[in-house]
Amino acid sequence: MLDERVLTISGEADIVTARQAARQFAAALGFNAMDQSRITTAVSELARNVVRYATNSHGVVHVRETEAGGRIGIEIVVADEGPGIADTEQAMRRGFSSGNGLGLGLSGTGRLMDEMDMKSAPGEGTCVTIRKWRR
Amino acid sequence: MARIPIIKVGSALIATVDEDLTDDDALEFQERLNAAIERTGAAGVLIDVTLVETIDSFLGRLLHEIAVGARLLGATTVVAGIQPPVAMTLVELGLQLDGVKTALTAERGLAMLAAPSRANRAR
Ligand SMILES: Nc1ncnc2c1ncn2[C@@H]1O[C@H](COP(=O)(O)OP(=O)(O)OP(=O)(O)O)[C@@H](O)[C@H]1O
Ligand SMILES: [Mg+2]
Repeated sequence: MLDERVLTISGEADIVTARQAARQFAAALGFNAMDQSRITTAVSELARNVVRYATNSHGVVHVRETEAGGRIGIEIVVADEGPGIADTEQAMRRGFSSGNGLGLGLSGTGRLMDEMDMKSAPGEGTCVTIRKWRR
Repeated sequence: MARIPIIKVGSALIATVDEDLTDDDALEFQERLNAAIERTGAAGVLIDVTLVETIDSFLGRLLHEIAVGARLLGATTVVAGIQPPVAMTLVELGLQLDGVKTALTAERGLAMLAAPSRANRAR
């Protein structure tokens, strides 16, 4: 049975909870310290975006084990029902921020993980799925 | 809420950052550190991050801001003990801690802070 953890984000303190859960999960799956750091940081960026941009800072994080072609991986889904993003390509561009951020969150997350997929549309929330495969 | 103790040793302030800070903890630390620099007239600030397992874009940028702010108050900041995976992750994230002095260990960081004042005294 593949394992899964679900966490709710409803405020700033949950950024810490989400990254701790991601780190524990990654460590349990046997990811090395370097990958644990990449995964934890990516989750921190996505969770902070939920707190900053989603309605009532509300969102959900799923952390689960995944498998493909005999490889073990970690899959994390961070979803909210906030305002959504009209131009996802622009949002993922390095340096783009609609606020006063550095615009490193989404682009950096893409560099830290092996796979990243973002679904979002105005009024329909945002759902980001990231994966990393164990070496 | 995490409290980051700030202690004064000689002309330097030393702060040891907790393992995992919330954004509010980090902002509160920045305020308290600035107040401590003003109050004590410290010439150097050592921020020991040996215990910190995650530095994301928020904390990375804040460390940079803290160093710039301290400089305006006349103090040099050294961030010491960034763990190798954390340093690598910062690079991949795209965050350069430009202008922030770093040291491998707290001990070396203190030596860096001591060096310029010794040079000043010699003059
Ligand atoms: N969950 C979300 N809901 C709505 N908009 C979002 C969400 N996540 C990101 N965005 C939009 O995408 C932009 C880019 O996000 P990204 O995380 O890359 O940068 P940032 O948050 O602005 O700055 P940084 O993360 O560097 O502090 C944001 O400025 C925001 O407009
Ligand atoms: Mg962001």
